[in-house]
Formats: sequence, structure tokens, C-alpha cells
Amino acid sequence: MDSQNIQLDQTGKLKHFLSIDGLSKDLITTILDHAETFTSVSERSSKKVPILRGKTVVNLFFESSTRTRTTFELAAKRLSADVMNINLESSATKKGESLSDTLKTLEAMQADMFVVRHQDSGAAEFIARQVAQNISVINAGDGSHSHPTQAMLDMFTIRKHKKTFEQLRVAIVGDIAHSRVARSEIHALQILGVPEIRVVGPKTLIPTAIDKLGVRTFNSLESGIDKADVIIMLRLQQERMRSALLPSGREFFNTFGLTKEKLRLAKSDVIVMHPGPINRGVEIDSKVADSPESVILQQVTHGIAVRMAVMSLTMGASVT
Amino acid sequence: MKICITNGRIINPCTKYDKVSDVWIDGKKIISVGKKPTGFIAKKVIDATNQIVCPGFVDLGSYLQEPGYEHKATIASEAKAAAAGGFTSICCMPKTNPVIDTPAVVELIKERARGIATPKIYCIGALTEGLKGQVLAEMSALREIGCVGVSNAREAIQDTVVLKNSLEYAASIDLTVFMSCEDPWLAKGGSMHDGLVSTKKGLIGIPSSAELIALSKVLILVEQTGAKVHFHALSAGRSVKYISDARQKGLPVTCDVSISHLNLCDQDIKDYDSNYHVRPPLRSRRDKSTLINGLKKRQIDAISPHHEPQDADSKATTFSSSEPGISSYDTFLSLLWALVRSGQLTESRAIESVSCAPGRALGKGDNGIIVGDVADICVFDPNLVWTTHSDNIVSRGKNTPFLNREMTGKVTHTIADGQIIYSRS
Repeated sequence: MDSQNIQLDQTGKLKHFLSIDGLSKDLITTILDHAETFTSVSERSSKKVPILRGKTVVNLFFESSTRTRTTFELAAKRLSADVMNINLESSATKKGESLSDTLKTLEAMQADMFVVRHQDSGAAEFIARQVAQNISVINAGDGSHSHPTQAMLDMFTIRKHKKTFEQLRVAIVGDIAHSRVARSEIHALQILGVPEIRVVGPKTLIPTAIDKLGVRTFNSLESGIDKADVIIMLRLQQERMRSALLPSGREFFNTFGLTKEKLRLAKSDVIVMHPGPINRGVEIDSKVADSPESVILQQVTHGIAVRMAVMSLTMGASVT
Repeated sequence: MKICITNGRIINPCTKYDKVSDVWIDGKKIISVGKKPTGFIAKKVIDATNQIVCPGFVDLGSYLQEPGYEHKATIASEAKAAAAGGFTSICCMPKTNPVIDTPAVVELIKERARGIATPKIYCIGALTEGLKGQVLAEMSALREIGCVGVSNAREAIQDTVVLKNSLEYAASIDLTVFMSCEDPWLAKGGSMHDGLVSTKKGLIGIPSSAELIALSKVLILVEQTGAKVHFHALSAGRSVKYISDARQKGLPVTCDVSISHLNLCDQDIKDYDSNYHVRPPLRSRRDKSTLINGLKKRQIDAISPHHEPQDADSKATTFSSSEPGISSYDTFLSLLWALVRSGQLTESRAIESVSCAPGRALGKGDNGIIVGDVADICVFDPNLVWTTHSDNIVSRGKNTPFLNREMTGKVTHTIADGQIIYSRS
């Protein structure tokens, strides 16, 4: 957020969850602590808590997604909310009614929360400014800007394994330029006090002036993951593999793909993360993805708890 | 009509005249400055005490949206806004529907302006048919009907042969070509300046090189063809050097910068407010100060509004999906004078760059406050404080980043061809 943080209400509580930028360390820690309590819920035989009973959560997806939408749906259901999934083709909204008209229609259905994914950066914020006072908006990914719940579940996973953030060296590898995950992670890691954040990739996939955000840039995987505590591999989108950005998926794997051999350069207790879905043999070798260092499936499980935490916190702020 | 403007501070940059005095107008012309003509009985007296009286402003190219986009704005609505903004001459860009590539469309625009008190409206015809960059437009016919120049608006001519030929053809009939420079490939998908701000916001950036590459290509072809080219709305600081080098070689090129790019940079873009979405994009703070410096040194000739009104729906969406454009007639003078008040431009240079200098680029010569000249005059109160609201913005386009802001400086009277076309009362 650039100016006033519209995510927070007057008392500083979370009203919407749009971006990591501008949140305090305390607030991020609160979310992580809340998520911790929800992990136990998921381990019980009855996995439901009545926190959002009677509330309606609308998953508003302008861009297709399976895993993010499913984990949000599961999180809402475990909180006992009613869930509606609405998939809106971007072209339909562009040609037909305007985005604000679509929102008005959905508002008339008396939803309490919108979980929004949109291909345009800033869309979740735009929606948060448009909707009625009582509605909370959660950003499930906007363009290349932000994917804050993904960053939070990654922080949750890192904290589980490393306990603290203050001594860590974290490398984010791959398509940084088009990644909303990378941007949100950089903010979260900085707020939590990580001293060294690296972004690793060929220059065509590193955005302009990223070093001014306080990260170090590496154009080779070997030096980028050297002595790293945490390696976050990003998904390389299919359409970028053979384009003016990269010659081929094969060449990317040869230069930036994480293999067992290259992983030895990192610290011995390194953890390997990936927001999924993974491209085996493109950004990551199968042996690494299935290795003990990989925490990729834990990330998915943590995603439910973290989303439950974010949903209950934002709704708490708006109902009391 | 016999008009007397009394007790105003007359600033006429071209003659370096700066004095509190009176101006007498009869018919279309200024008949006296300073000394009352014998037997003159004014039908209208304008008391300009504590106000500035200067040559009327000249707009080098705006998007009036008619014909074709009347839901955004009309010639009548925008001519009225231009008059209220101190403009006595405005140029409309050919990006209309249909495009201004035949004399019929020019006739239609003239017809729409008939019968209303407006600034003089000039058309800039299309450089290529339909602005498609394939076939040359009938430039000779467009000149005959009164087009002051030709342009492909912001549509890039991708085929370099067509670009070269269009410049060559325009040169052979002595028609000025108005160019907007943006490489279409480097700008593809972009909506703001490529830099730290675009990286933070996750928006696709348009690098300065998109402007520099397109500009250098045209400059090379100007050298080859001898075409007279005016560059619209430079945004990259480095463009100033390219232009001044070309001028040193004696190339017949002039250029302007938009008022928005002198007052805003990418860091000013609040959140994802689509009112800041404009082409070329708002660039860095450094670019902005280089542009101002270029104006000071006269490496940049003129400041133009590049007014582009949009309807609410075109802006009520995400930044990258919104239509670009800033509605700037209403805030033009306040923003110009903000540059003066902050000491970045002198009063004389500020006025020159919005009146005489664009007038020269149009080939209309210096319009000034001189006896015998056509009375195109703007009177403004540099200290009047007002607040912009959607209901006091005259333009139909309310798409300005300066909405609901306190502004200082306001036009009080505009006179074109000796007629009062705007009076603030």
C-alpha cells in the first residue's frame, strides 16, 4: 500500500487483507499465531469451528485457479461459513458490464466477504474501495502485484522449520518479474527481519530496480543459493518458456533448475519451498521435489490454517 | 465589440513587455495598448486589477472525442472547457471515429463548433489512412480544407518504409507532422513508467527507451526527408538532448511537453488511481526535472495540455485496464502557475511556452498583445484560490488526478478574435 492503509480499520485491526506491504511485524506475527491454533483444528476428527457461522464468503475468481480457490473454500467451510464460488471470465466483464457494476450485483446478494483473484495488479484494492463498509476483501492474487496469503503460509512454514527469521538467508529463484508471490514474500521477509533476501534468475525475469527494495540480485543459481537457509522456487509459466524471455524450458532447467547436486551449495539444513503447482524438470528436479529438504506439501496444509486465520481476523474486525 | 481591459499587468513575452496598463480592442483587433484611443467608448470594460493580461493559450493537440466518442466528450463541451482554461486556439487530434483522414470529417468538426463562442479550432489530419500505418492519408486535401498539420496520433507506424514515405510526402507539401514517439513493442502491455514504482505495483512498465528509440528513428528520417516535425508530449528526460542535438544540426524540429508531466512523476501515483494513467506514462522525478530544465533553456518549445477527457466507466476499473488520458483544460493555468510560484519557470517563460511558442510551432506566428494584432487574450488571477470538484470542472471529462484539490490561479476572461468567449462571473 502506498498511502493510507485501507486494510486496517480505525483501531488498527485487519479489515481487508490486500497486501503485505504496510503491515506491522506484530500484525503478521498475530496472523501466524492464529494460524498455529487452527492447525490443531485440521487435525481433529471434526474439522469445523463455528467462527463464521451464518456468514457468506464469495470466491470471486476472474482468473482460473484450482489450489488457491480450493484451500480458501476449505478454510471458509472449516470456519462454518457458506461459500459461493463465482468464476468470471475476464473477457465477459470487459466486454459487458464494468467491474464496478459486477461488484454492485454481487453486493446485492449480501455477501460478507469477497475472496478475489484477478489478472490486473491493484484489482483487489480497487474492489475493496468499491464495496460496502461491512464487506471484507481478501486478495487471492492480483496480477503481478501481490498474493499475501501465499506469502503468509510461506512465512508460517519457514517459522515452523527455522523458529526465527533474524539470521536467515533466503533465496527466491525464477520468474521474479511476473511473480506476485515473490513481491509479497520480499515484503513479508523484510518485515519479519530477514537480513539477507536474494532474488535469482536471468535478467529477463528480474524486474527493474528490484535492488532498491533491499534485495540482492543474482544471475546464477549457484551463487544465488550459496549457503542459503531457505530456497523458494517459483513456478515458470508455460507461456514464458519459449518466448523472447527464455529460449526453452530445457535451457532454464539446465541453468536455473534446482537439482540435488546444486542443492549441496546451500546450508545442510536448507528447506526447499514452491508455491505450486510444480513443473518437474523445469524449475525443480523430481528428486529435489520429493526430497526430505522439500516442504512443498506442508505449504499446502499450512495454507488452509493461514487462510482460516486471515478470514477470521478480517471478519472479526468487521463484525465487532 | 469594443472592449477595454483596464489596470491589468500586461505580460507580452515576445516583446518583453511587462507593465500595468490598459488594452483596447475593437472588432477582431487590439487597437491600442497603454494609451486610450480618442473617442473610444467601450461596450465592455474588464477590470483586471491585480490580474495578468497575456496572449491567449494555444493547445497543440488534444483529444476532443467527437466524432465517435460523444459519450466521453463533445467538441462543444471541450471547446467551452478550453475557453474557461484560457485557450484561444485548440487543435484536435485525428483519433476520432471516423478518423480525420478526409475533408468531410474536418467539415463536420467545423460544423459542430459553429454558432458557439469557442476558441479557434484547428484540425490535425491523419498521416495515414485510418491511422493504420499502411496507406498515406490524402494530406494535400486535408491541407486544403485547413488542417494545420498531420499526425498518426499515438498509433505507431510500424513499417519504416511507410514512416519514411509519410514524412517525405508531408515535406513535399510543406505540412508539419506532429509525432508521438513510442516503440509499440517496448510499450506492449505497459501502463506506467518502468522503474521501482512499477516493480512495486506489479504493473508492466514502459521503459524510457520506448520513447528514445522511436524518437531517434524519426530524427534520422527527418534528416533524410527534410520533413518539418513537431514532437508531442516528450516524457523522457533524455529526449531533450536528442532534440537539441538535432536542432544543432539544423533539423526543422520543435517539441512540447504536457502540463501533467511537468507536475507529476511516477512516485505521485496514488495507490492504483486510474486518473494517473496517461500516455506517455508519468516518468521519474529526474525525468520531470530534466524536462523543466529543457523548457527553461528553450530546448523544449512549448507546454501543451494534451487534454484527453474520459467517461467515468473508462476509468472505473483497474489501472492497467483503464483508458489512458488526463482531462487538463480546467487545471492547466493553476498547474502552469504552480511552476512559476515554485521558482521553476519565470512568469515570462511560462506564458511564452503556452502562447507564442506553440503559436510558432503551428506556423501561426507570435500572437501577442501588440497594436494591430488579432485580439487573442487571456486574463487570469494568479492568486485566486479555488478547489476542483467534479461539478466545477467545465470539461465533461472529470478524469484528473487533481480532483478535490485546492488550486491557486484561475482564468477570469478569455478573448478570441476580439470576442469574449469566457467570463468568470
